[in-house]
Amino acid sequence: MSEALLRDVASLAIRLATERGATDAECTIAEGDEFSATVRLGEVETLKEAGSRAAGLRVLLGQRQGSSYTSDLTEEGISQMVDAAIAIARITEEDPYAGLPEREELGQLTGDLQLFAEDVPQVAAAARIDAAKRAEATAMAADARITNSEGAGCETYSGSRVFANSRGFLGSYSSTTASLSATPVATAGEQMERDYWHSISRSWAGLESPEEVGRKAAHRALRRLGSRKIETCKATVVFEPRVAKSLLGHVFEAVSGESIYRKSSFLLDKLNEQIAVETVTLIDDATIPGYFGTSPFDDEGVPSRRTVIIEKGVLKNYLFNTYAARKLGAKTTGNGARGLTGAAGIGHGTLYLEAGTQTPEEIFAAVGTGLYITELIGFGVNTVTGDYSRGAAGLWIEDGKLSYPVAEITVAGHLLDMLKNITHIGSDLEFRGSTCAPTVAISDITISGK
Amino acid sequence: MVSPLSNLFGQKFGLTERDLERYLSEALSKGGDYADLYFEYLATSSISLDESLVKSATQGVTLGVGIRVLSGERTGYAYSDDLSPERITKAARTAACIASGPATEIVQGLKTAEKRNLYPVPVLAGDTPLEERVKLVKRADAAARAYDARVFQVQAVYADSVRHVLVATSDGRLSTDVQPMARLNVSALAREDNGVPQRGYSGGGGRIGLDFFSGSHSPEAFATDAARQAIVQLHAVDAPAGEMTVVLGPGWPGILLHEAVGHGLEADFNRKGVSAFSGRIGQQVASKLCTVVDDGTIASRRGSLNVDDEGEPTQQNVLIENGVLRAYLTDKLSARLTGGESTGSGRRENYQHYPMPRMTNTFMLNGESVPEEIIRSVKHGLYCTNFGGGQVDITSGNFVFSASESFLIEDGKITRPVRGATLIGNGPESLKHVSMVGNDLKLDMGIGVCGKEGQSVPVGVGMPTIKIDQMTVGGTR
Repeated sequence: MSEALLRDVASLAIRLATERGATDAECTIAEGDEFSATVRLGEVETLKEAGSRAAGLRVLLGQRQGSSYTSDLTEEGISQMVDAAIAIARITEEDPYAGLPEREELGQLTGDLQLFAEDVPQVAAAARIDAAKRAEATAMAADARITNSEGAGCETYSGSRVFANSRGFLGSYSSTTASLSATPVATAGEQMERDYWHSISRSWAGLESPEEVGRKAAHRALRRLGSRKIETCKATVVFEPRVAKSLLGHVFEAVSGESIYRKSSFLLDKLNEQIAVETVTLIDDATIPGYFGTSPFDDEGVPSRRTVIIEKGVLKNYLFNTYAARKLGAKTTGNGARGLTGAAGIGHGTLYLEAGTQTPEEIFAAVGTGLYITELIGFGVNTVTGDYSRGAAGLWIEDGKLSYPVAEITVAGHLLDMLKNITHIGSDLEFRGSTCAPTVAISDITISGK
Repeated sequence: MVSPLSNLFGQKFGLTERDLERYLSEALSKGGDYADLYFEYLATSSISLDESLVKSATQGVTLGVGIRVLSGERTGYAYSDDLSPERITKAARTAACIASGPATEIVQGLKTAEKRNLYPVPVLAGDTPLEERVKLVKRADAAARAYDARVFQVQAVYADSVRHVLVATSDGRLSTDVQPMARLNVSALAREDNGVPQRGYSGGGGRIGLDFFSGSHSPEAFATDAARQAIVQLHAVDAPAGEMTVVLGPGWPGILLHEAVGHGLEADFNRKGVSAFSGRIGQQVASKLCTVVDDGTIASRRGSLNVDDEGEPTQQNVLIENGVLRAYLTDKLSARLTGGESTGSGRRENYQHYPMPRMTNTFMLNGESVPEEIIRSVKHGLYCTNFGGGQVDITSGNFVFSASESFLIEDGKITRPVRGATLIGNGPESLKHVSMVGNDLKLDMGIGVCGKEGQSVPVGVGMPTIKIDQMTVGGTR
């Protein structure tokens, strides 16, 4: 369906909902086409191609609200979706804070946000296969110790999103994504290690070359070989960008208005307090053209914006959707987020930590002795209390340089202490995906090993 | 047969056996070795309570068909959320292109697979009055708050679904299933004066109807458990750091098996030689006390299935017997490529994904020790009774799982509660340190979700109390 037709479907849902008794309604429609190819050991392993679309609806009956969704975008399907939402709204209870944004809060960014690249839908199936094959072949050829492969994959996606509500908002945008990854396996004696590299871009041309992806993936797998478990100790831990961004995710969860109104955040009641060292500035920006967190409006029809969360270590803002803002007597920050099937939540645009001045090598030299983490696994982070404990792997830093690989250890601390114990922030900030961090060094972390 | 099939897909969309044969033939028109069709109709509803108010509720329907074609080691996959003959034919042709050659297989005469019913539910949860379901979250809220005045926030979510599936395969098999599911989750926050709040989680469910939520599965039971955990945590001390003896309680701590061995035994990783367990069949990978099974046939369990998502009946698979690795979990593709049989382990999240080997309900069988005796045998260690999620790197075998409720064991006695901490180990090594296995096997309460390569499926785990002599605990003290 064209974007124009999808807009008609969304408008129909709103009209039917209001005709059938909803006092307010909003409808989201998402449509997309996905193509993927995976190869392994030089042969095509899977090819996938499909298009899908679905609609989600939220209705208000006064202060009650219900939602529904369907993958059937025919008039009958939409009509049933409207009835389902109204029926289920009746069983909910009156919530004085429920409701859509005010009319004057609605709107959208204009101008080209560069979310859609013409070259992505035009990529031929053979080009995806070729890119994946080259990435894997480069990884396999990098070193004799690369003995196996979990494969390489190339994916392209193009889709549209439409949003309409009963207060006159109607907006839509299309976006594209291309990605390429390789996962080689390195072997030394009994030990087997894998790692991956993944390049993602809004445009096909923006992807790293297959050779670059293969080389990086091989380098990452190789440097894990010969890993040891180290003694339990306290040390400075350097998080590489790929893992440092997870720390931003924990802070995001803690500054989300839902965590705040439920009093379930380690950053509750800390607005305008120095919660981190002065070098920390954390920004959420959904307005930067071409970036992954960018959109013209949030999932409630409020214009996207830039919000400084932490400025020079001081907590400046929490992030709100309409509901959380009303609960706390604030205004939405344009962070409304919603999938098609769930209730409205809070999301972020491009969430990033401002870069520092030192290169990773300068940071290793300054740290002297410590742990460089290249992988974190598990879910041992509690953003209610700030308790932090995760599985880790990486390299030991000795004499200011990376030395032997380390695995089967955990790193633990408390997020409030960790924010205050940041000793270095790297200059290596790159905007991949919607959460982006440079290298980050944090002192006094407990490493649990032997 | 040209009359519509007697299931939902025949009634709602007029699908006939002839149609299925036609689509399968289309899928093999370029010379593929095997094809299957997976029709899915999924209806869900959920009710959320927050701050003692039923704030939101959702219901919806998704449907579609996924078409897979195998050609040697290659998989072609396409799906459509439109069940019109034109769109299904187009998807079949798209998937067919994985092969390049003349049609080799003629598909006719689908044989309807024998049926069993592991989840007899007289009335689907989704067919009970919404008011009855609303009561569950309200009761949970009241019970959690009544448990202790320090409980100040309660969230309760009830969700149910029914999934109708039809799988037709080019080797002539036609299977259908109706898969019910329901669950209730409760989360409670407690706080003392103006101290740091602590959270407790509980819940339960399965392939069950609403009558499940009574007795030990009542909203009150789950709510009390969540509130109790939050209160216990109020006086928890920092978790220890380093290697020590760990005792895991029965039930949900069985997530250890899911992470330490389960994923590493999935046949796709082993066929490719990228799992830490590859090539180890017949080897000792755990202490002699350990027998681990994956069983998709337990009545009413969340991880159980009459047929897997490739139309194969599920079964009980012995993975590790007295410490010796016996078998991998296999889907049809891996079975074809390794000359074995499917173990009924082919699963997928929905019609938009191709199946892969997955777990169902994974647990360790009972040993002979009395749980109290296990605790008494520990001079200094950690006793873990509840866990959050876990994760594994199947190639190195390193895995983690995060304890959300644990206690110190000092001189054979359970003493102080400790704060959450991650435990880390290595799959083929950790279970060799199991020195005692209890006689109190328990399965989890039925709210587990397993993720693999972006696909989530419901699973179960279970375990008796076990003692692991050496494991790394990731605390701070």
